[in-house]
Amino acid sequence: MTAYTDKIRQIASKLLTEGKVDMVIGFRKGSIPMMNQPLFIKTPGEAQELIWDSHCALNLANYVTNRKEKIGIVAKGCDSRNLVTHIIENKITREQLHIIGVPCTGMVDRHKVSAMIEAEITAIEESGDSIKISGNGFSKELKKTEVLQENCAGCTHRNPVIYDELVGELVPEQSGVDPYASVREVESMSPEEKWNYFEDLISNCIRCYACRNACPLCYCPTCFVDESRPQWVGKSQDPTDVRTFHLLRAYHCAGRCSDCGACERACPMGIKVREFTKKLNKDCLELYGWEAGLTVDARPALDTFKADDPQDFIK
Amino acid sequence: MNLIQIDAQSWAKGIEKLKAVYRTFGPKKEKNDLEFKELQAGELPELHFQNTRMSPKALVYPQTQAMFTYSLDESREDCRILKEVKRDEKPQAAIGIRPCDALAFKLVQRNFDSREYQDVYWINAYEATTLVGLACDHPCSTCFCTSAGTGPFGEEGLDVLLIQQNDTLYAKAITQKGESLIQAAGWKSAAAKDAAGNMDALKTKAESEISAFVETDKLKQKKIMEIYEAPFWEAETFSCINCGTCTFVCPTCWCFDIQDETHGKSGVRMRNWDTCMSPLFTIHASGHNPREHKYERVRQRFMHKLKYYVDKYNDGIQCVGCGRCIRSCPVNIDIRKICNKMNSFDPQSCSCEVASS
Ligand code: SF4
Ligand code: SF4
Ligand code: SF4
Repeated sequence: MTAYTDKIRQIASKLLTEGKVDMVIGFRKGSIPMMNQPLFIKTPGEAQELIWDSHCALNLANYVTNRKEKIGIVAKGCDSRNLVTHIIENKITREQLHIIGVPCTGMVDRHKVSAMIEAEITAIEESGDSIKISGNGFSKELKKTEVLQENCAGCTHRNPVIYDELVGELVPEQSGVDPYASVREVESMSPEEKWNYFEDLISNCIRCYACRNACPLCYCPTCFVDESRPQWVGKSQDPTDVRTFHLLRAYHCAGRCSDCGACERACPMGIKVREFTKKLNKDCLELYGWEAGLTVDARPALDTFKADDPQDFIK
Repeated sequence: MNLIQIDAQSWAKGIEKLKAVYRTFGPKKEKNDLEFKELQAGELPELHFQNTRMSPKALVYPQTQAMFTYSLDESREDCRILKEVKRDEKPQAAIGIRPCDALAFKLVQRNFDSREYQDVYWINAYEATTLVGLACDHPCSTCFCTSAGTGPFGEEGLDVLLIQQNDTLYAKAITQKGESLIQAAGWKSAAAKDAAGNMDALKTKAESEISAFVETDKLKQKKIMEIYEAPFWEAETFSCINCGTCTFVCPTCWCFDIQDETHGKSGVRMRNWDTCMSPLFTIHASGHNPREHKYERVRQRFMHKLKYYVDKYNDGIQCVGCGRCIRSCPVNIDIRKICNKMNSFDPQSCSCEVASS
């Protein structure tokens, strides 16, 4: 995917030179391995800063919310789906966007890679399907497919769903993958096992809200956890409040989540917060045949009513 | 001061003895990472690691701390009377704390233990704590402690410094508290004569392995408003998502919020870590928020650590160079880069007109 870099720079530079956009939002190389940084550029000269590799996993749709400018934005499959949702929810207009589509072959799971090696990884290089990590006194080759983020491994929308131009040929979509395998596992547990599973999952949450803030869906001017008049949720480490945060955050994403994985990637504690949102994605698919962000022409599942909507789950 | 030599066996024995006298904490494996946790019987602190994910500040300053309880039951005589929560102030020891994190307690002390304010919660917990440091033999690539007032073998803030060489540990008592801990552990074999020299060599080697630095020499002489209005903030803070990760993992971030939580007729007044990254941190009762925009909140964190603190205490930056915020930031905001920008910022050479007012 690193070959996309040149193309992204070319497009960005052209858009800015021709005055088609006021800014281009993309990624630049980060200061530590596996961490690229979202940035905006406003002049063609800065296009050299833009890059693309398998560490561009944050969701750039998060950076266009309520912006007024004309924006060129680099978007892989999931980013484009969140752009669709943003357009549907009036967070940006289609006309303001020039979408530079990136056909994606998946992003590397930084938590997984760090956990594979005791020592500090100080460099990471990729070429094609191979990833080489190295540090003080070691170097190791990995196959990218072994260290993909879980959402990427099960992704069926790698190609952008809307775009104005592409940085490369469309990639084949994956078939035969099961994005909901882990949800099924949880579904098959007894209530007590489920309880313990989720208690353990969030036991080290520090309530930093990186998961919430990395997500393009979480744009409320005041989030329910920050509301103080009245205060809905306590602010301490009380387990009830931590649970409330996680459950409500997930429900607020129901029918909107693209499973981009930005939340999970952002969490400093490595908590698999997608375990919550994925269940709701699966329900939306099974009950309403709905997957978020595939088209600007349909209203989201929780936004419409049809007489034949299933309702036997209402007790 | 004398060096004590501790072999593997007396190490394990000593740690068990300490548990009788102190609540003993040390780095423990927690879900793919290390955190400071209380050591149970038979458990030893992990000694081969770079640093814990969270800083050990919570040992003295927990994320949530109950201060008072109260009742709102009108039929009770103590209705609406705040009653202090009893705190466990039994002596505690943190074994294996890194020198940067130990220095952080000294920095934070300026806030919690000043002439104007005495924070009894922090002070009592700090006084009850003995800090047993572990010198770093392999600093991380993100550690910049040597430009933040300490170093991999730094002693300030520690009561004991442990140095590891192969399977042997060397202990150096730095304070009286440290002496008492070593006594309680029963470690007493004096190290060989040449040990001190060896330790100095290890120190030099570890210091030479530090590869990250920040420039701080010009921060003091800069005008506050010039840096405050510098044009780089917008671009440098763009990626920030305003989560609280950097402040929560930081050993020197000290801000808190006090809340009353009432359940039915009884309640608790507690304090929780707060973060200047959150809009809620500064919002006024009127609804006005003096730090309404994201860049203002990010700027505040860096201005506080790298300018206001520097000006107020005249003793360096409010950062010990542990590198946690760099490693944990989800969007790669890097304090090293921001610090260098602030330090080298020259409003005269800047083509924009921001600095004119
Ligand atoms: S990012 Fe992780 S630690 Fe922070 S609030 Fe979310 S789940 Fe909790
Ligand atoms: S909840 Fe997580 S996976 Fe879903 S859209 Fe938000 S950041 Fe992406
Ligand atoms: S500001 Fe960052 S590097 Fe400095 S002490 Fe805090 S977490 Fe460590």
